[in-house]
Amino acid sequence: MKEQLLEYTLRLGDNALILGQRLGEWCGHGPILEQDIALSNMALDQLGQARMLMQYAAEQKGGDYTEDKMAFFRDVTEYHNCLLVELENGDWGRTMARQFLFDTYNYYFYTALLSSADERLKEVAHKAIKEVAYHAQWSAEWIIRLGDGTEESHRRIQESMDDLWEWTGELFTMDDVDKLMIEAGIGVDLSRVKEQWDQKVDQILELATLKRPSDDWFQSGGKQGEHSEYLGFVLAEMQHLPRMHPEAEW
Amino acid sequence: MSTKDNWKIWEIFIRSRNGLSHKHVGSLHAPDAEMAIKNARDVYTRRSEGVSIWAVESEAITASAPDESEPLFTPADDKVYRHPTFYEIPDEVGHM
Repeated sequence: MKEQLLEYTLRLGDNALILGQRLGEWCGHGPILEQDIALSNMALDQLGQARMLMQYAAEQKGGDYTEDKMAFFRDVTEYHNCLLVELENGDWGRTMARQFLFDTYNYYFYTALLSSADERLKEVAHKAIKEVAYHAQWSAEWIIRLGDGTEESHRRIQESMDDLWEWTGELFTMDDVDKLMIEAGIGVDLSRVKEQWDQKVDQILELATLKRPSDDWFQSGGKQGEHSEYLGFVLAEMQHLPRMHPEAEW
Repeated sequence: MSTKDNWKIWEIFIRSRNGLSHKHVGSLHAPDAEMAIKNARDVYTRRSEGVSIWAVESEAITASAPDESEPLFTPADDKVYRHPTFYEIPDEVGHM
């Protein structure tokens, strides 16, 4: 049970941390100042959520574990984020598609987590839900505008949606960790989240004049620590400084 | 995707508290009105500056011309009596 709670905490924390790191890559490279600021804000929101969860994970580990140690001194196979968040940013539309698919999931997930039996996760949900609700709204607006925009934006956002779709299945698969957490009243029943996600995604895709890609086959493994080739590069950039100077302080 | 050349400029007004009026805080780029509100949220209200946002297309604003400022504003300069400081307020009125 202890072990599973730690893994569950890390799955949430790693989603936030890795997505935050990916969004941070846009800082200074946004297509326009306002959009650059918007994405950097979201990166910071994700980082804030990640910190709360890493602190909680470090406490569960005990000993000399700290939030920094959790973030900077775990290797790829010890990361439990879903694969979707570690994928490359690509162009603006691809980042928006990834964001929309994940934010929508995250919104319903955290809404359900508000009634978790675990006080700490509940607390994280209370803070996160305000931020995530805005992220979900914002990225949905972008999907509508790109889909129902110009011929080129429509084509490109549809391509991104098609490419990313196979990475969304993992969001809703429940393994033993999920099941145990649900039984304990701590975790979230992802089948319910899936229904809400389907409904919202269909609604936005329709407004955006986009086609829903088919559910042929889905990638999996991230939650269990099996990652795509991209995560190693994300961690290398994120971790190299603290690993070179482990004792360094601000 | 649109380039910034065809994104409109919007003037942003923020109401800092209920009961106060909206104040101009600056301008920004956005492709449409709704995104202008969202951009304003991200650019101007990160530190709890506001409870309400107005976005107005900059081109919808008509401004007075600087070279007309003399006929527009100088006639008021020698009419200080227009300030209400010259009237005696009866005690019964209390604070105004």
